[in-house]
Amino acid sequence: MSSTRQNAAQTATAQASDGKRMIGLEMLQGANAARTGAEPVYLEGRAAKKAEKKRQKAIEKGLAEERKRSAKTGFSNPTNPRRSWGLTLVTGIFAVYCLFPFLWLLINSTKTQKDFVSTFGLGFGKSFNLWQNIQTVFTYQDGIFGRWFLNTLLYVIVGAGGATLLAIMGGYALAKFDFPGRKAVFAVVIGSISVPGIALAVPQFLLFAKLNLTNTPWAMIIPSLISPFGLYLMWIFSDQAVPTSLIEAARVDGASEFRTFFTISLPLLAPGIVTTALFTIVATWNNYFLPLIMLKDPDWYPLTIGLNQWNSQSTTAGAKAIQNLVVTGSLLTIIPVVVAFLCLQKYWQSGLAAGAVKE
Amino acid sequence: MKLSVKKTVALIGAIAMAGSLAACGNSNSASSGSSSSSSVTKFDPNKKVTVNVWAWEPTLTPVVKAFEKKYPNVTVKLTNSGTNSAAYTALDNALKAGKGAPDIAQIEYYAVPQYAINHKLADLSAYGAEKYKSTFTTGTWNSVHWAGKLYALPQDSGPMAFFYNKEVFDKAGISEAPKTWDEFYEDAKKIRQAGSYITSDSGDAGFYDSMVWAFGGRPFKTSGTNVTVNLTGDAGAKKFTEYWQKMIDEGLIDTKTKGWTDDWNRALGDGSIAGLLTGAWMPANLVSGAGAAAGKWRVAKMPTLKEGEKANAENGGSSLAMLAGSKGAEAAAAYKFLEFATAGDGVDIRVKAGNFPASAKAMKESSFLDATTVSDSNGKPVEYFGGQKFNEVLAEAAEDVTSGYQFLPYEVYARGIYGDTAGAAFTGKTTLTKGIADWQAKIISYGKQQGFNVKQ
Repeated sequence: MSSTRQNAAQTATAQASDGKRMIGLEMLQGANAARTGAEPVYLEGRAAKKAEKKRQKAIEKGLAEERKRSAKTGFSNPTNPRRSWGLTLVTGIFAVYCLFPFLWLLINSTKTQKDFVSTFGLGFGKSFNLWQNIQTVFTYQDGIFGRWFLNTLLYVIVGAGGATLLAIMGGYALAKFDFPGRKAVFAVVIGSISVPGIALAVPQFLLFAKLNLTNTPWAMIIPSLISPFGLYLMWIFSDQAVPTSLIEAARVDGASEFRTFFTISLPLLAPGIVTTALFTIVATWNNYFLPLIMLKDPDWYPLTIGLNQWNSQSTTAGAKAIQNLVVTGSLLTIIPVVVAFLCLQKYWQSGLAAGAVKE
Repeated sequence: MKLSVKKTVALIGAIAMAGSLAACGNSNSASSGSSSSSSVTKFDPNKKVTVNVWAWEPTLTPVVKAFEKKYPNVTVKLTNSGTNSAAYTALDNALKAGKGAPDIAQIEYYAVPQYAINHKLADLSAYGAEKYKSTFTTGTWNSVHWAGKLYALPQDSGPMAFFYNKEVFDKAGISEAPKTWDEFYEDAKKIRQAGSYITSDSGDAGFYDSMVWAFGGRPFKTSGTNVTVNLTGDAGAKKFTEYWQKMIDEGLIDTKTKGWTDDWNRALGDGSIAGLLTGAWMPANLVSGAGAAAGKWRVAKMPTLKEGEKANAENGGSSLAMLAGSKGAEAAAAYKFLEFATAGDGVDIRVKAGNFPASAKAMKESSFLDATTVSDSNGKPVEYFGGQKFNEVLAEAAEDVTSGYQFLPYEVYARGIYGDTAGAAFTGKTTLTKGIADWQAKIISYGKQQGFNVKQ
């Protein structure tokens, strides 16, 4: 048996080395043919890995040759574009630039407060203190960090979730229903996108103070419910993603408008929904100025304000600096956003591209 | 709705009157004399009330716990609404909105006049707080008065002292801390030769004010709405401005490292900044900010113009004030807390937690004077000053604080624009004399806009 396996591997290699002129896909088929031509062989263990590695190498080689050819002829395969050293370098630098603060955060969250202020910023401290730091973050001031975390989750789920829902329904209605005043709504929405949220924060504060709502979670949730950009995005997206004829067909079949929306349109809107949700989640998760002026009670703080309060301890006369906890807390704070991005990024990309090409 | 509000107000008023009448009837004339005004509600320990306190002072947390234990019906809600100017912005916003302002707020001495002149603070003499005159140090007691009225009770103080890194001083061949400003200048040169700076300043208004105070200057005077600003003509201000300009010109102070940044902490820890002229609250910050230099630092009294002179100033320090909007049972309970935290059991609790008190009595306690350790971020005691009984020096420094220094009635604003005017002198773009003249011009024009009668 083992000799057969070796033979098969050798055949594949021989094919691959022969296939100088083959390119990726063809060669793949060639290798398969070699395998299926003889009796079906199932490679196992290390030999299989080895063969696969060789095959990948061969494919890579073929692709590289194709790129070389296309550089000469000027015809390039869109699925195998030519590579540019310059651009790779630029994007590489940009990636380093983006990841640098993250690296700093990772390194410094392992330090004690003493090491934090006395050792080199990009080097590790005298002791590895990450686990203790995480523990202290969650126990400091009777575990208020956990409370801030839950608050932020509440604001994100109710605020950003509500904003997304309102944006979907509003955007869909504006795209698919004709009613008087649609143009006026359009003007208002476009206008509100151009007004930065910070400019509205102070009037909002005075308004909420009159309503006795400052210092309550409502002061955070109600303003977060409004996302003009999300509405605009969903409007454009609904316009493109849901064919009017499909809705008409549903109506002809006797479905109510709500049923049409929930069972026909909503699934079609999924990529747009994820994009809007990501926008609103990130905006709410990172919201700083609104809670800063609305909330005075640390029990209702979101993470941003809470961490800043901890940070200001280091500049307060007579207070104890806890920058190690601030850094570790910041690291913990970004983890959910990173996870959300990694899980939803393919939707995010397709959502951003939506409407770019008219089909 | 309106009627019922009126009724409640009337009711509260009636209760208040009845209460004060009862007080007159029951107790001796001395105590009724101290609670002179009949408009304040008497504290009733059996009544359930919530007192809102806005303060950033960390040692108030255990005080609140002790107070609630003593008066179980009173709930004290301690809120950290920011530090310094951030807290004042929050307070101003709440006052402007007319809702959500606390009963008690932590207000630094320099900001007391600003809130007092706008009638935002309650006059505490109505509660008989004048009897605490001998409890507090003279400097802090003067700072909580405005136009003859008492608007706050001192909570902590910051008599200035010279904190220095003895290791660096030894290396530079200096055996003891400078006693006069001339010696300070000579030492600064030696320390610069040894590769460090004697201190840093990149344009700190609070520091400038305090140093002018220590140099005997009294540039601001206020009576009623008449304000005199004389930074350019005042002898003390002039002397310090020129002295500091000389230090900047000769590169003897670090003007690049901004105070309270990570770089600054690092520089204090590794000895590149070898000294600080600052308030007595500094030890806690040194331990957590510059822990690497533990054991190397010492505390000395501030240098003076003439050797042996008693001329010190306050730097920082804050009071607890009651807002004028606090009324009825809340106000009564709020005053009780104010008393407890600043003149009662709270003082000991806070001193133990590392606070530098404003109470003259607390400064005489041997447990305070004999302390050789400061607790770090984890609560562990650290012999930061190499076993020196640093509080002995600081308590003496508190006694040397000279009286008669006044803040502007809009000092918060004035300090906010110091960096834009005099700050340029620290980057060499102008001289400190010119920068201060510019600062003065801006202070005067702002005061006039605010309706003060400002003279130079």
